[in-house]
Amino acid sequence: MTNIAALLKKEFKSYFSSPIAYIFITFFLGISGWLFFRSFFLVNQAEMRGFFGLMPWIFLFFIPAVTMKLWAEEKKLGTVEILMTLPIQDYEVVIGKFLASFGLLVVTVLLSLVLPFSVMYLGNPDGGTLISGYIGLLLMGGAYLAIGLFASTLTENQIVAFILGITACFVLLIIGEDIVLFNAPNWLFPIFSYLGLGAHYSSILRGVLDSRDIIYYLSLIGFFLYLSTLSVESRKWR
Amino acid sequence: MIEVKELTKSYGTTVAVDNVTFDAHAGEVLGFLGPNGAGKTTTMRILTCYLSADAGTATVAGYDVFEESVEVRKNIGYLPESAPLYTDMGVIEYLNFMTQVRNIPKNQRKERIRTVIDTCGLDDVIQKDIGELSKGYRQRVGLAQSLIHDPPILILDEPTSGLDPSQIIEIRNLIKNIGQEKLVLFSTHILPEVSATCSRILIINNGKIVANGTPEELSSQAKGEEIVHITIRGTQETVEAQLNALEFVSQWNHIGTDNGIVSYQINAVQGSEAAEALFHVVVENGWSLTELRQESVDLEDVFLNLTDKEQA
Repeated sequence: MTNIAALLKKEFKSYFSSPIAYIFITFFLGISGWLFFRSFFLVNQAEMRGFFGLMPWIFLFFIPAVTMKLWAEEKKLGTVEILMTLPIQDYEVVIGKFLASFGLLVVTVLLSLVLPFSVMYLGNPDGGTLISGYIGLLLMGGAYLAIGLFASTLTENQIVAFILGITACFVLLIIGEDIVLFNAPNWLFPIFSYLGLGAHYSSILRGVLDSRDIIYYLSLIGFFLYLSTLSVESRKWR
Repeated sequence: MIEVKELTKSYGTTVAVDNVTFDAHAGEVLGFLGPNGAGKTTTMRILTCYLSADAGTATVAGYDVFEESVEVRKNIGYLPESAPLYTDMGVIEYLNFMTQVRNIPKNQRKERIRTVIDTCGLDDVIQKDIGELSKGYRQRVGLAQSLIHDPPILILDEPTSGLDPSQIIEIRNLIKNIGQEKLVLFSTHILPEVSATCSRILIINNGKIVANGTPEELSSQAKGEEIVHITIRGTQETVEAQLNALEFVSQWNHIGTDNGIVSYQINAVQGSEAAEALFHVVVENGWSLTELRQESVDLEDVFLNLTDKEQA
């Protein structure tokens, strides 16, 4: 536990000692705010469905950028050799790094609370859907992070990690979208619609916190963290 | 403390470490010598549990590197080649992080950091970020990191590469000091380094150990014969007649004559202490001696001999 905490602290700090965190936060808030207010006054309704609806697509580009360095940079610099010869279990390192990136996501999401507060100031939105929307945002973001983290374990090139991350997230997202679902064979329909990254999020957005949706995201996170651990350990396979 | 048995590791079809067996104990400074790509780094990576071997066993501090790798890692301080460090961290911040992941109790952390800063001479740079440091200082921070938990075993991969001569001497002295109570295993391809620092040398080539012994043992192994240079004031004929009569002289070469001073290179049977014997001969004959020098076969010859043979 203390190991995970130490790693989490170190990785989290390193986000803020490089420009990554600031660029991420600025662009994320800028773009999501702009896209949100662009339609907000047109629709003239005190709700944030538009904002939440955009998030699966905005995350697609932002989250792999947050996770790409986590392993790729260590491999490139060679620091992974010191890290993995410390008396720490591989999974502890994976969890520490995941939690650090999740911490950055939480900070960003907290800063974006400016939006719901201004909506509350302008009207009277449904508090329940706002809260469940934010919970869904964090769960879905966590899943993206876990996928991006796994992509980063596969390569020592950050750009490759970024593109792999986007591709993997995109595939998981698109299979649950209508474009694919309506063209998929019947027998694949339930599988795709269950696995799709966005579908569970939309059901959370409706204000229903269903345990199945939460379990879906948690198990997706768990699965990709497990894959990441395997990937990190693979150097020792014989 | 380190026991390696029949260790083998290959990358694809290249065999990096081939059936390597050796052991090492506390109080030893073990030099790992070999040309580039000989398998030094791979062996160290296996011992530090970064990689695993294809076959064979290795135990470090009594723990198996594959089965009990966390225990092994607790007992090892490791400095990988070219000291990879987090460049965005400050020196103190980095060392503090290391005390945390090394599970050093909170009340001892400050003291440990102070100790390694003193031993590695980091006082001038404690305010800086690692990214701003020169190669030499980075190497020292890397060394400090490996010493922070006071490990009984220290594994250093080319600790002196990229350092200036005075820094090299400092690091060597440091290694010697540490090696008095602990086990230091370090690799290098710089020859004078091992003879200056090590109590034992392992020469590795193409993944195989080709020699294992103290520097003196290795030099005498390669020698076979003693070579003495002698320069005497005397007549060539009488000197050569004397040389032919000496039993321990297996061969002599007349190098030159200059103003009645003759010089020879003499090959003598090993263990005959030829230099001393020759001195007595000179005295008995009443010649005057201007030069008497025993040629030392140094490690360089041993190394070249062993590594060339393997390649041929």
